[in-house]
Amino acid sequence: MDGDINATAPGTTPPDTDPARKRRVHGMLKLYYGLNEEGKTVDQAESMDPCDINGPHFDPEVYLNKLRRECSLGELMDQETCMVKQIRSLDSDMQTLVYENYNKFISATDTIRKMKNDFKKMEDEMDCLSTNMASITDFSARISGTLQDQHAQITKLSGVHTLLRKLQFLFELPARLNKCLELQAYAQAVSSHRRARCVLQQYSHMPSFRGIQDDCHAIMDKLAQELRQKFRDGGSSAKDLSECVELLLQLDEPAEELCDKFLSHAQSRLEADLLGLEAELRPPLSSGPTAVTDPYTGPARRLSVEPTAGSPTGPSSLNNPFLSPSSRTDILEFIDRGCNEFVSSLCLVIASYQELFVNRPQEGELASKNIPQMAIGKLHAFVDALATRYFSLVERRIQEEKSVGDNSLLVRALDRFHRRLQAVAKLLPGSAVPSQGTEIVVRAARERIKQYLAALQSFYLNSLTDVRQALAAPRLGGSSAGGGSHLGGPATGKDAPASLPELLSTLSASILNQIKSVLASVHLFTAKDITFSNKPYFKGEFCSHGVRESLVVNFIKFVCQSSRQFCESAGDRGGSTPPALLLLLSRLCLDYETSTITYILTLTDEQFLVQHHSPVTAVTALCGEAREAAQKLLNHYVKVQGLIISQMLRKSVETRDWVNTIEPRNVRAVMKRVVEDTTSIDVQVGLLYEEGVRKAHSSDSSKRTFSVYSSSRQQTRYAPSYTPSAPMDTNLLSNIHKLFSERVEIFSPVEFNKVSVLTGIIKISLKTFLECVRLRTFGRYGLQQIQVDCHYLQMYLWRFVSDENLVHFLLDEIVGSTAHRCLDPAPMEQSVIEVICERG
Amino acid sequence: MEDDAPVIYGLEFQARALTSQTAESDAIRFLVGTQSLKFDNQIHIIDFDDENNIISKSVLLHQAGEIWHISASPADKAVLSTCYNKNATQLLSIFVATSESRVVTCGAVWRMPPEWESGSHESPDDPHNSHNPQNLELLCHLDNSAHGNASSVLWEPMGDGTRVISLADNHALLWDLTESSTQATISSSATLEGKGQLKFTSGKWGPHHNCTQLATANDTAIRGWDLRTMSQIYCIENAHGQLVRDLDFNPNKQYYLASCGDDCKVKFWDVRNINEPVKSLEEHSHWVWSVRYNHSHDQLVLTGSSDSRVILSNMVSISSEPFGHLVDDDDLSDGEDNHQYDKSKEPLQDSIISTYEEHEDSVYAVEWSSADPWLFASLSYDGRLVINRVPRALKYHILL
Repeated sequence: MDGDINATAPGTTPPDTDPARKRRVHGMLKLYYGLNEEGKTVDQAESMDPCDINGPHFDPEVYLNKLRRECSLGELMDQETCMVKQIRSLDSDMQTLVYENYNKFISATDTIRKMKNDFKKMEDEMDCLSTNMASITDFSARISGTLQDQHAQITKLSGVHTLLRKLQFLFELPARLNKCLELQAYAQAVSSHRRARCVLQQYSHMPSFRGIQDDCHAIMDKLAQELRQKFRDGGSSAKDLSECVELLLQLDEPAEELCDKFLSHAQSRLEADLLGLEAELRPPLSSGPTAVTDPYTGPARRLSVEPTAGSPTGPSSLNNPFLSPSSRTDILEFIDRGCNEFVSSLCLVIASYQELFVNRPQEGELASKNIPQMAIGKLHAFVDALATRYFSLVERRIQEEKSVGDNSLLVRALDRFHRRLQAVAKLLPGSAVPSQGTEIVVRAARERIKQYLAALQSFYLNSLTDVRQALAAPRLGGSSAGGGSHLGGPATGKDAPASLPELLSTLSASILNQIKSVLASVHLFTAKDITFSNKPYFKGEFCSHGVRESLVVNFIKFVCQSSRQFCESAGDRGGSTPPALLLLLSRLCLDYETSTITYILTLTDEQFLVQHHSPVTAVTALCGEAREAAQKLLNHYVKVQGLIISQMLRKSVETRDWVNTIEPRNVRAVMKRVVEDTTSIDVQVGLLYEEGVRKAHSSDSSKRTFSVYSSSRQQTRYAPSYTPSAPMDTNLLSNIHKLFSERVEIFSPVEFNKVSVLTGIIKISLKTFLECVRLRTFGRYGLQQIQVDCHYLQMYLWRFVSDENLVHFLLDEIVGSTAHRCLDPAPMEQSVIEVICERG
Repeated sequence: MEDDAPVIYGLEFQARALTSQTAESDAIRFLVGTQSLKFDNQIHIIDFDDENNIISKSVLLHQAGEIWHISASPADKAVLSTCYNKNATQLLSIFVATSESRVVTCGAVWRMPPEWESGSHESPDDPHNSHNPQNLELLCHLDNSAHGNASSVLWEPMGDGTRVISLADNHALLWDLTESSTQATISSSATLEGKGQLKFTSGKWGPHHNCTQLATANDTAIRGWDLRTMSQIYCIENAHGQLVRDLDFNPNKQYYLASCGDDCKVKFWDVRNINEPVKSLEEHSHWVWSVRYNHSHDQLVLTGSSDSRVILSNMVSISSEPFGHLVDDDDLSDGEDNHQYDKSKEPLQDSIISTYEEHEDSVYAVEWSSADPWLFASLSYDGRLVINRVPRALKYHILL
């Protein structure tokens, strides 16, 4: 290296070598700092310029020439000094560099030398190591070769040991099983046996194993026997039972048989529950209602006999003599007991059964037998049979629930009943039991509605009886007070006039209240918190068909119908129903027509939010019916009252010898009685019905002017009778009169007002009078008496009727007919008549 | 239907008694008895000429008194019986003389004078007619003064005209008449016993069972009697709510009986079951005074009432022909009859056929003609007699 530096050093001439040296220094620096690329580009850019003192193509000649050409002397001088300066600094730089490089080179050489020595030493040590390793390998191979035999021997020994232990287990198995049997550790026994079973099976050809196997079998049989016994015994708890079943199943006991046994065992216990329930019912033979319930209990009993055929307690217990005949509990308790005892044990049975037979993890051979399906089928049949019996009991109990006092009890009982069955539904999806239960509830609800209807009806009839009594009671007092009246005719007019409106309002209010309370009771069935209230039946049919139609509408119809019956049954004799009751009922029906029916139905619709799926009875139809009933009752009332007065008049005409009567001095007492009765009927009707319209009559149509008018007419009519030449004339006036007057309908329907009613009664009475008169023959004084009587009637009756001309006409007819039937028609002086009448 | 229009005939007097001439089967003839206290009473013989729609009448004097009931012998056209009040003038004279008298109703059998028929049918408006009427010839009195007032005299139906029953107060008297009917002797009698004043209001001699039955009405009860023993065989108590006014036997069904009364009802009874009527009609608005079965077609029932109406009902369901006449289809060919045919196929229903309102006073008597089963007469108190026919449509319906 020294040589290189030396070689270059002499080659450098100050002006010429400087740039090259500088260039080399630069290049080396550049190399040193890794700037090759840049340097090259710079080189290339400057390469063409020979005047670039730092460029690689620098040509000192060209540069000098250029300087010389271009620069002045001074400048040249300056250039020269500058150049010298540069050369000097470059020289010093280079010296420093060379020095530095040199030092470094020296130290590197030293290091290399030192390394050479170290490697040598290391090589020796490595050689030594490899020899050591070879010897170690050698030793190790030798050791493992020696140990090989012993290892195989140990493995064999340990295998033998295990086998021996297994054999020992097998040999000890019978004893162990026996011990387990003694300790009743059945589970352990079974698991032990299961472990040994396969082996024993496999080696059963060897006599010793065979012996063991036989022993085991014997023991296990005994065990199974014991398990079965335990299973059969009623005493063990459900948990024990299920354990039993599990073990038996593991012992290859046929699952079907086990199911049957399990179920029959459960059955006997459930049966006991049912018997307990049945004991609370009335003994079926003791009373009549069983005949009614037979359709229900019939099939149930048949079903119940089948499963219990083996057990002695089955059918005979139905008629168990020592059952207490009427240990009555209320229905809620009964259902509670049923739920708590029967349904909950049923649920328990179902649950454990399912756990045992249906939901158990399927393992090995058991899986192939398809146990769950078989088991489920059996369970369904079992549950159905028992549930049917249970239902029949419940139904019988429900049917005994006749009193309609507290519906909430029944509803709560049904609710509980229904709710508990939901548990069964959850446990046993697809079972018919819950739907059957719902049906029972539905039936019970229907039955309930019927009972309520009957209760309402009997309530109505009872309240009618009350009204009757209320009407009769004051009447007794009335008749004794009016005992002075002459004829023995019924004192109908006198009965309790003041109390009629009160009676009516009490009656209608109490009926309405009863309906409301019944509705409230029935409403319990649809309460929100009742589980079955959201069943479709209770949402739809129950409300519309059951409550609205069967209950409310039927009741209203019943009211109308029973009212009509009063008309029919009493029609023949007329006496059985007090007329006041007819009047009152007629008003009641009329009130129903005008408002009550609408009110009740609206109330029902609102309470039950009835959605009418099927056509329902319209309010108008009911109102029509009520109106018809009211009309019929009122007509009947008119008829009855008319007949009572008619009867008086008829008796009075028929029983008298009109030919030989004496000259009239008084109005006959009958007529006074007629007027009295008419007045009291007027009062009676006025209490319940409005006045009504009369045909306009002149305000001064007092009795006096009327009587004058009538007397003059009578005079003209009688006059021709004396002249025998003109027989036709007697009829003439009355015939002409008839031509111009309307035909009088006697028993015609009346309107709902007082005047019309009274008109009807008076018409009937007077027509009877007329017909009776026509059947008799009169003497002179007979005619005069009739004249007096008719005048008296005229004085008093006109005010009651709608058209006073009607009364005039009929009375004229009577007097006219009497005159015809008179042997010696000599009428009385009008003034005398008036005097007599006014005297009273 | 011009000839369906009613024919009206007016009497001068008031009248209650009407009968058809039972023994006459050719001419349509009704007998009407008048009621007058002041004049001589008459029996009008009304002949109706169906073809010409003309009424002709003859008048016979019944001087004995006013007639309450009239009936014609079933054997002899000329013989009839009446119940009458003793002549008023006599009565009056007694009355005046003694100022003590009783009205007595008697029964008598009469013969019409043979000349009335030969004496040429006078037209009703002949003014001279009433001037020289002939008198009835008295055959015999049914002397019942011992038994009370006669309410009706009944001839043995279809008999030879020798047996009559008279109802007098509470006695039913069976009379035997001699051949010539000039003498009457009581052969047997029955008496209604009980409390109160019992009185027969009406009665009917049953045409069945060899004419051995009698039905009577008193107050509200209907009683049946066996004429052989004269004993009561049944009693329908409270048959009507009020008085029973009239009875009639169904001519074709032996146990069926119709009754009417003051309760405005017409009831039909099967006397084998007297607890309740077979059927009950309530169409009239006042007392029903008379009920009559048609002699040939017992579904046709006629009732008259004091509401001045006559009602013709068709009681098919309880008639002897409940299913109508069985009809051959071929019989009906023309268009008019097809309508009838359609009707006959429907189940027949009881119905009111027609209500006749020609009367203006109470109708006390209605009667079918014995000659023409489609014709009937009704009589109201004012003396108006109306002859009507069964509507032709119904007639064909029944016949075909």
